[in-house]
Amino acid sequence: MGSTSSTLSKIPNADELIQETGFTSAHLARLFERFEALDKDKKGYLSPQDFEAIKELALNPICDRIIGAFFSSGQEMLDFSSFVRILAHFRPIDNNRTKEPNSPDPINSRINKLKFAFQLYDQDKDGKISRNELLQVLRAMLEKQVTEEQLESIADRTIQEADLDRDDAISFEEFRKSLEKVNIDHKMSIRFLR
Amino acid sequence: MVLLPRLSLLLTILSVFGTLCRANSSGSSSSTATESETATTNTSTTLTTLPIVTWKWHHIETPYLVALWVLVCWLCKLVVQLNTRLKSFFPESGLLIICGFILGGIVWGADKAQTFKLTPRNFFYFLLPQIILDTGYFMPNKLFFSNLGAILVHAVIGTVWNAGAVGVSLWGCWLGGAMGDLNIGLLQFLLFGSLLAAVDPVAVIAVFEEVHVNEVLFIWVFGESLLNDGVTVVLYNVFDAFVSLGGEKINAGEIIKGIVSFFVVSFGGSAIGVIFAIIISLLTKYTGKVQIIEAGFIFVLGYLSYLTAEMLSLSAILSVTFCGVCCQKYVNANMDEKSVTAVRYAMKVFANGSETMIFVFLGVTAIDSVIWVWNTGFICLTILFAIIYRFIGVFTLTWFLNQYRLVPIEVIDQLVMSYGGLRGAVAYGLAASLDETRIPEKNLIISTTLIVVYFTVVIQGLTMKPIVKWLKVKRVEPTDLKLIEKVNNRACEHVLAAMEDIAGRIGDNWWTRGWKRFEDTYITWFLMKPEARKNRDYLFSIFHKLNMEDAVNYVTEGEKRGSLGFLRSGEGTNVDFEKKHGMEFSGVMPDITSELDFGIDNVPVTSIRNPVPSVSLDIHEQDMKSMSEDFNAHHLLQQNLYRSRKNHRHKYSRSDFTINQSEDEVQEIFQRTMRNRLESFKSAKMGVTPVKKITKHPKPNHKVRFSEADSAYSGDGAAARGSPPVRNPAFMPEMDTPPPPWLTELPWSPTNLRRLAPLRLSNRSTDSFVMADLCVLSQHSYTRL
Repeated sequence: MGSTSSTLSKIPNADELIQETGFTSAHLARLFERFEALDKDKKGYLSPQDFEAIKELALNPICDRIIGAFFSSGQEMLDFSSFVRILAHFRPIDNNRTKEPNSPDPINSRINKLKFAFQLYDQDKDGKISRNELLQVLRAMLEKQVTEEQLESIADRTIQEADLDRDDAISFEEFRKSLEKVNIDHKMSIRFLR
Repeated sequence: MVLLPRLSLLLTILSVFGTLCRANSSGSSSSTATESETATTNTSTTLTTLPIVTWKWHHIETPYLVALWVLVCWLCKLVVQLNTRLKSFFPESGLLIICGFILGGIVWGADKAQTFKLTPRNFFYFLLPQIILDTGYFMPNKLFFSNLGAILVHAVIGTVWNAGAVGVSLWGCWLGGAMGDLNIGLLQFLLFGSLLAAVDPVAVIAVFEEVHVNEVLFIWVFGESLLNDGVTVVLYNVFDAFVSLGGEKINAGEIIKGIVSFFVVSFGGSAIGVIFAIIISLLTKYTGKVQIIEAGFIFVLGYLSYLTAEMLSLSAILSVTFCGVCCQKYVNANMDEKSVTAVRYAMKVFANGSETMIFVFLGVTAIDSVIWVWNTGFICLTILFAIIYRFIGVFTLTWFLNQYRLVPIEVIDQLVMSYGGLRGAVAYGLAASLDETRIPEKNLIISTTLIVVYFTVVIQGLTMKPIVKWLKVKRVEPTDLKLIEKVNNRACEHVLAAMEDIAGRIGDNWWTRGWKRFEDTYITWFLMKPEARKNRDYLFSIFHKLNMEDAVNYVTEGEKRGSLGFLRSGEGTNVDFEKKHGMEFSGVMPDITSELDFGIDNVPVTSIRNPVPSVSLDIHEQDMKSMSEDFNAHHLLQQNLYRSRKNHRHKYSRSDFTINQSEDEVQEIFQRTMRNRLESFKSAKMGVTPVKKITKHPKPNHKVRFSEADSAYSGDGAAARGSPPVRNPAFMPEMDTPPPPWLTELPWSPTNLRRLAPLRLSNRSTDSFVMADLCVLSQHSYTRL
């Protein structure tokens, strides 16, 4: 599309972003258009309200957490590069990318995807999913007729299964280990962000 | 077994039926004669005494037989449904065809001739329109239109390819002598190819419904089966005309006319459908006073659109499809809820009933020795070519389309799509309406068509589910996922769905945005009732319903307690959200007696618990073995995790029709989200820390503004009012920015109910309409960022 180059010129550090995230320029341009569409007041950045205005998002049980993941470090202004960086987590893994020994893992590597998922559970960022945090997630995702005792028993069992060092919390290592068999690429990738 | 009494009932009806047929066959020939006589002379027999009861068979023969056949077909469906074991792997349509065989056998045995056939006229005019109207009316529009390009490519190019390739290959084989001696030519082969090429919507729905494939795949096959009618009609008519013209008269002019007629037929048919959709929408705008019959207009006008297109020799199926597709939104908005429900259910009844009858009659028609001409080569080659060319066509076109798609369609989906190219009754109808003077091998064509139909419906339908399952499960899942895996799986699904929404899917491209704007400004003004226009927002309508229910509960609570004094207590207006989920969300006033559960011991809203645990888990909880505990947790998770959008079944289904199934879940989720947001919004207003904090932002200067709004309100906020709150880093309020636009732009909120509300409200009152009031008031007190 002819508009790609004109859109790209509007994006600051477009090349850097492309390099860092692995998106193609067409994708980046499309994401920028989406960013501008979401930014209804044309502020140049996104705020949580812009996310809340997305109707389908309100129907998601963990929408607040997801919005929170975008605004992770306490700020309330999301600029385009952060927006893209977060979405880059969901690119499918490039299997044929050459690994240079000293470069950091690409954003959409398996480990970074897992870190993103971990971050959704671990709200206070202490590196562990405590029982309480797990309870909160479960409460959000389970239907109303599950009672508190049932919730707690589920949370207890979950921690029991995953917790290896018996500290009643799930650290990132334990989380990663328990999800070894899961095909994270499949579970946490959106095809169209390839 | 329950089956036996039903079977015996069916058999008795059939035997009665059989005797009727015998009486009928002898009577039918004479009845026409006597009718003409009785037309001239009133009585053909002289009466000697006053008859108390007379046998009036010939008066009611036709309606009686029609009604009896309808009854018998539906009884067959009942019998089929009762036999669940068989039904789980055999497609229902196949079983119905087999029932048709049995019935056909009975009629044949009684009459030695097939008096009841699926005549093309009955099929095309009385059985097909309601099915197509049903598919159009329930079509998932967004999905359909976003995939329209791909659907059209498959429908047009794919069908033409199928028709041409099958026709030409068969002709080649005939020339090669594989079929023996036939009085047939290239044009007739092409005609045969064109009637066999089209994927049939009835068969596709019947089979795909039982196999849950993903949305895109479903809409491709489904949409293709509907839209290829345009091509089929054109090809059929063109080749039919060519056959009568004879091979010599076909020159470039005729061919060009053929191509032009394609465009005219397709677009003309669609245009007629759209015109009728506009008529229906306009009509329902003014039928507020005749709510009882406004539901009927849809059916009548839908049927008229079918007949009108048929009259103008345009594509009738396209007409009805677009009529349903275009009118559904406006009609649902304009009509009363009861009418909407009435239309939905009635459509399903008609469509399902017709489909059943079609399949049964497809079976009955087969038991007729007149039409069967067996030519092994012809039949086998036809089946072979039909399948091969379908696969080739689908794979080629999809490969081509994948170049332009961001989400390529996988090979597995393509396989399912090719395998799902079922032929059905439409092909048979077209074959039966051939003119045998022009096409001497008509019976051969009919036989072959029937065999192809049976093959696709029965065998492909039978194997579809196992193949789908087999192809998808490449990695064998371990039987026990660990709990954390399950939780994480579901969480990831939700995350993905959210990310897709955030990233806007394939994108809010210019077309859809432009269309939406056009639609919002002009079309809804024209076609929708003014009140309906306000309530168009889906989320708002849920919000509205919740508000209404809250209001009603509020009032009944107050009445029950004698005065509204209870509101001054610390409890506040604890309207129990949980209880509402059992109620119908149909806007009907909830039963007062159900409110008796509300009482002093209302469960506070913030806890998400139902005081009555489910019975089955109680039993397990008493069991102290760890095994059951394990089962308990897994079972709980399995049953109770919210489904993500990826898990939701596609919305279109012929027989599985529930109004509120996933809507309840959706409403629960939505409510909880809203509550969280309002709570944190409210607590930000009041300067109270919210219970659940997701994000932490420093909020410097909004407190002062909020307190202005507070002044109209409760004294509880007094503490927060005058003094700016202490900025304790541990106590960062959630959201102080103005409420989202869809909260503030409520065209109305139940502010007039505020006279019931006392001036003093407790902090914990998260009553939704009170929240709405807050928002309405507060929007005036500060400007949005």
